[in-house]
Amino acid sequence: MTEYAPHLDTNTIVNFGLLAMLLAVLVAIVRTRSLLAAVLLMGIYSLISAVWFVVLDAADVAFTEAVVGAGVSTAFLLGAILLTRTESLTKRWQDMVMPGLVCVGAGVLLFYAALDLPLFGDPSAPANAHVGRFYIEETKNDVGVPNIVTAVLASYRGFDTLGETIVVFAGGIGVALMLGFGERSMGDLPPALRSPVMEALAESDHHVVLRSVAKLLIPIIALYAFYVQFHGEVGAGGGFQAGVIFAVAVILHALIFGLADTMDAIPPELARAFAALGVLLYSGVGVINMINGGNFLDYDHLFPLAFEAGLPGSHLSGGYHHWGQHFGIIIIELGVLFTVAATMIAMFYAFAGRAADVVGEGARG
Amino acid sequence: MIDFTSLIVAPPELTRHAAALLVLGPLVASCAAALSPNGRWAWIISFLASAFSFWMALALTGEVAREGVIVYAMGGFEPPYGISFRIDWLGAMFALLLSSMAMIAAAYSGYSLNAEILEGKRTLFQAGFLLCLAGLLGMTSTGDAFNAFVFLEISSIGTYALIGVGASRDRRALPAAFNYLILGTVGATFYVIGVGFLYAAAGTLNMADLASRLPALEESRAAEAGFAFIMVGLGLKAAMFPLHGWLPSAYAHAPSLMNVFLSATATKAAVYLMVRFAFDVFPPDSIIVERFMIWVMAPLAGVAAIVCSTQAIFQTELRRILAFSSVAQVGYMMLAIAVASGAGIAAGLLHLTAHALMKAALFMAIGGVTLSVTGLRLSDFNGAGRTAPWTMTPFAIASFSLLGVPLTMGFLTKWRLIEAMLGDAYYWAVAVIAISSILSLFYVGRMLEVLFFQPAQTGKNRIREAPLGALIPLWVLTVATIWFGIDGRMVEYIADSAATAVLGGVE
Amino acid sequence: MSSFVGYANYFAVIILMMGGLYVIFSTSNLIKRMIGLSILQTSVGLFYITTSKVFGGTVPILIDEDDPARAELASRLDPAYFESAAYDGVVYSNPLPHVLILTAIVVGVATLAVGLAIAVRVREAYGTVEREEIERKDRIRHAHESYEDELDETEASEADA
Repeated sequence: MTEYAPHLDTNTIVNFGLLAMLLAVLVAIVRTRSLLAAVLLMGIYSLISAVWFVVLDAADVAFTEAVVGAGVSTAFLLGAILLTRTESLTKRWQDMVMPGLVCVGAGVLLFYAALDLPLFGDPSAPANAHVGRFYIEETKNDVGVPNIVTAVLASYRGFDTLGETIVVFAGGIGVALMLGFGERSMGDLPPALRSPVMEALAESDHHVVLRSVAKLLIPIIALYAFYVQFHGEVGAGGGFQAGVIFAVAVILHALIFGLADTMDAIPPELARAFAALGVLLYSGVGVINMINGGNFLDYDHLFPLAFEAGLPGSHLSGGYHHWGQHFGIIIIELGVLFTVAATMIAMFYAFAGRAADVVGEGARG
Repeated sequence: MIDFTSLIVAPPELTRHAAALLVLGPLVASCAAALSPNGRWAWIISFLASAFSFWMALALTGEVAREGVIVYAMGGFEPPYGISFRIDWLGAMFALLLSSMAMIAAAYSGYSLNAEILEGKRTLFQAGFLLCLAGLLGMTSTGDAFNAFVFLEISSIGTYALIGVGASRDRRALPAAFNYLILGTVGATFYVIGVGFLYAAAGTLNMADLASRLPALEESRAAEAGFAFIMVGLGLKAAMFPLHGWLPSAYAHAPSLMNVFLSATATKAAVYLMVRFAFDVFPPDSIIVERFMIWVMAPLAGVAAIVCSTQAIFQTELRRILAFSSVAQVGYMMLAIAVASGAGIAAGLLHLTAHALMKAALFMAIGGVTLSVTGLRLSDFNGAGRTAPWTMTPFAIASFSLLGVPLTMGFLTKWRLIEAMLGDAYYWAVAVIAISSILSLFYVGRMLEVLFFQPAQTGKNRIREAPLGALIPLWVLTVATIWFGIDGRMVEYIADSAATAVLGGVE
Repeated sequence: MSSFVGYANYFAVIILMMGGLYVIFSTSNLIKRMIGLSILQTSVGLFYITTSKVFGGTVPILIDEDDPARAELASRLDPAYFESAAYDGVVYSNPLPHVLILTAIVVGVATLAVGLAIAVRVREAYGTVEREEIERKDRIRHAHESYEDELDETEASEADA
C-alpha cells in the first residue's frame, strides 16, 4: 500500500474557506453584546457548518444541522430572548482572563495531541479502516439498504438512536416541567399576562399576502417532511430530519395564524401523547424481536423466521431482501418522527405560550 | 461462600435478556408515567418499574456469578460492530446499587412529591425520575464508549429540570440547575472529545475492543489527550475537586426526592465510568494512568476531603452541610481508587455503597419533616429529634455511619480504606482521612446537637413525625446500614470481585 | 505543505471548540452561555466529521453497479490511490462518525431547549438573566432577610406555573 500524502484539491480548498468563515463568525459572536445578533450569528454558524458537512461527504449530518441548528434552535433562542432580555452586560477584563487561560491551555493540549492524529483524509487511518470500513463492506449483506448512514443509525447502532429519541423525550419533559405546555396562552388573559412572544407576532396579523403564501406553503412543507421520512433508506433523510421539518411547518402556522388556532389543530395533550407513543413504538419493535427469539432491536427477528423465509425475494431463501430489516427501520423511523415532531411542537408551545410573569423581584424591563 | 446463582428468580426467557430489560423497564415505564392520568398512578408505575429493574439486576448478578462476564449484543450485531451491553462484577454491583436505591427512592416519592410538587407536575416528575434511572443504569451497563455518552445525557437532561422544580421551595434551585446544566454539558462534551480522540487513534468505540488496541498505542499523545479529556469530563460529572462547584447548590436546593436519589446515585455512575476507563479500557500499568492517579487524582482527592469538610463546618443550612460533606466523601472514594490496587478499588467501591446508603437516609429524614419545618437553616430544625424521634433516629444512625462509628457500615468501609492505603504505603492518605474525620466530627456534632439537644419548638412551629410512607424506606436504609456494619461479607465479596474484574482487564 | 493540509483542519476545529468554551465561561448572560454551549457542541461535530473524511471520497450511500457516476468519480483520482482506498469500485467516506454526530446534534438541541427553559424561569424569579446580578441578589437576601417572605413569594410564582 502506498504511503498516503494529502494534497490540495478543490474540495479541500472549499473546506478551508468555510472553516475561515466559521472562525470569523465565532469572533463576531464573542464580540457582540446584542443577543439578537448573537442568535442570528449562531444560526449562520450552523448553516455554514451544514455546508461544510456537505463538502466533507456528511450529507445526513448536514441536513440535520441545517434543520435543527439553523431551524428550531434559532426559533427557541429567539423565543427565549423575547422572554428575557436582548442585551448582555459589558464584560470587565477581569472576567476574561481566567476563561481565556483555561481555553488556551486546553487548546494547546489538543494541538499537541492532534499532531499525533492520522492525516486528514487518510483512507488507512484507524478510524476509517477498522469498524468504519466494516459498515461500508457489510451493509449490503447485513441490512440491505443503500444509505449506509441509515443502516448504521437504525440497525447496527439502533440502540444509540433509541437513546437519542429518549433524550429528545427527556428534553420535552424538562421543558414542560419548567414552562408547562403553553396552557396559559389558551385562556383569556389580561394584557399584562399575555405571552410576549405571541404579542410580538400578533403585529403580523394583517399581512394578507403572508397568510395566503403560508396557506400554500405549509402543506407543502408537511408533505416534504413525509418525503424526507420515507426517503431515508435510499438517500439523505430520516425520522429526525422529517420530524423537525414537520414541527417547523406547525411553528410557521402558529407564527402566522396565531398560537390559539394552532393549538386547536394540534392540542398540547396530543403532542404529549405522540411524544411518548414514538418511544413506545421504537422500543416495541425491539420487544417484538425479543419475543420472536432474537436480541433486542434485532430486526431480522421482526417476523418469525419461517414467515420471513416465505416472503418474496427474502435473503433467507436466497434473495436479497431483508424484509425484517426494511420494516424494522421503517417502523422505528416512524417512532422517531412521532417523538421528535411532537416534542419540538410541545417545546415551541411552552416557549411561545409562556405568559409574562410579574412575580419575583423587580418589574420587567 | 455465598451462592449468588440462587438470586436468579426470573424465568430463563427473561434472564436471557436481563441486561436489556434492566434499562428497558424504566424507559418504557417513563412513557407510561408521562401518559398516566394522575400522580398516584405515576407513583405506582415508578415503583413497579424500579422494582422490575432490581429484579433484573438480581438475575444479572446470578448470571455474572455463574459466567463471569455477560455480553448482550443489541440488534444481534456482535461487538465491536454493534452496540453491546457488557456486564461483569463491577457492572452487576452498580446495577444492584442503582436499582435498589431507585426502588427505595421511588417508595419514598409517593410521600415526597405529594408534599412538595404540584399535582399537575407529578406525572412528569416521575417520568423524569425514571428516565434518570434508566440513563444511569445504561451508563453502567454499556460496553460502548459513545453509547455511554447517550445514557449520560438521558440521565442528565431530565435531572436538570427536576432540580429546577425545587424552585417551589427555594428559588435558588433555578440558577443552581442552570449552572449544573452548563457544567454537566461541558463535562459530557469533554467526554465526547476524549472519546473522539480515542476513536481517531484506535478506530473503535467498543470498550473491550479499545482495551485490546490501546496497548499498541502506549506512546500515542492522541490517546493520552483522549484519556485526559475523558477524566476531566467525568470528573465534572462526579464532582471531583476542584470541579465540584455545581454540586452543593444543586443538591441543596433540589426537591427532597432528588436530594435522596442524586446523592445516592448520580455522581457514583460517573465514578464508575472513571474506574472503567482508567483500569479496564486503558491498560492499568500504562504510564498515563499511573501519572494521573499519583499526581492528579490522589492529591486533589486529598484536598477535597479536607477543604470540603472544613467548608461543611461553616455552612448555615442543613442541606448545604450535607452537600459539602458529599464532595468530601467523593474525595475519600477517589483517594482509595487512586491507590490503584485491588484493595484500594474495592475499598473505594465499598465506601461508595456505604455513602449512598447514609446520604440517602440523611436527606430522606430531612425531607420527611420538610412540611412542618419553617426554613432551611440549621436552627430551624431545633429539637427535631425530640418531637420526631422516629424520623430523626435514622438521621443519627446515618450520621454515625458518616463518622465511621463501629457497628455501622461506615466503620467497615473506613477500616477497609485505611487498610488499603497502608497496604500500598500511602501514609499521607491515612493522615488525610484522619484529619477529615476529625473535621466531620465538628459538623456532625453540630447537626446532632441542634436536632437532639436544643429545646424543641412548640405550637405552630412544632416539628412533626414523617408519615409512614417516608418512614418505611428510611428505616429500610437504616437497617441496611447497621446490617452491613455487622455482617458485610456479601457487599465485601461483591466489591472485591468487582475490583478483580476491573483490574483483570478484558477477558 | 502536505503536513499543513493534513493537520490544518484539526487546528481550526480545536480553535472553534475553545472559542465556544470561552463564550460559556466568560459571559455572565445565561442566554449567551447557551449559545456558547451550542457552538462547542457543533464544533465537536466538526472534529468527528474531520476524522471521517476520506480523500476523494463520496457520500456513504451505495452507488449502483451501472451508475455512470462511478466512472466519473474514479477518473478524478490517482489509480494507485484509488486501488488502495476503494470498496467495490467507489471511495466512500466513513459513515460511523456521521451517525455519532447526528446523535450529538439532537442531544444538543434537547439540552439547549431545557437550558433556555430554565433561563426563562430564572428571569421570572430574579428579574434578570445575568449571573452576577443573580448572585448579588442571593447574597443580599440570604444574608439579611428572614426566610418566610421569600417562601410566600416563590410559592406564588410556582402556583402560577
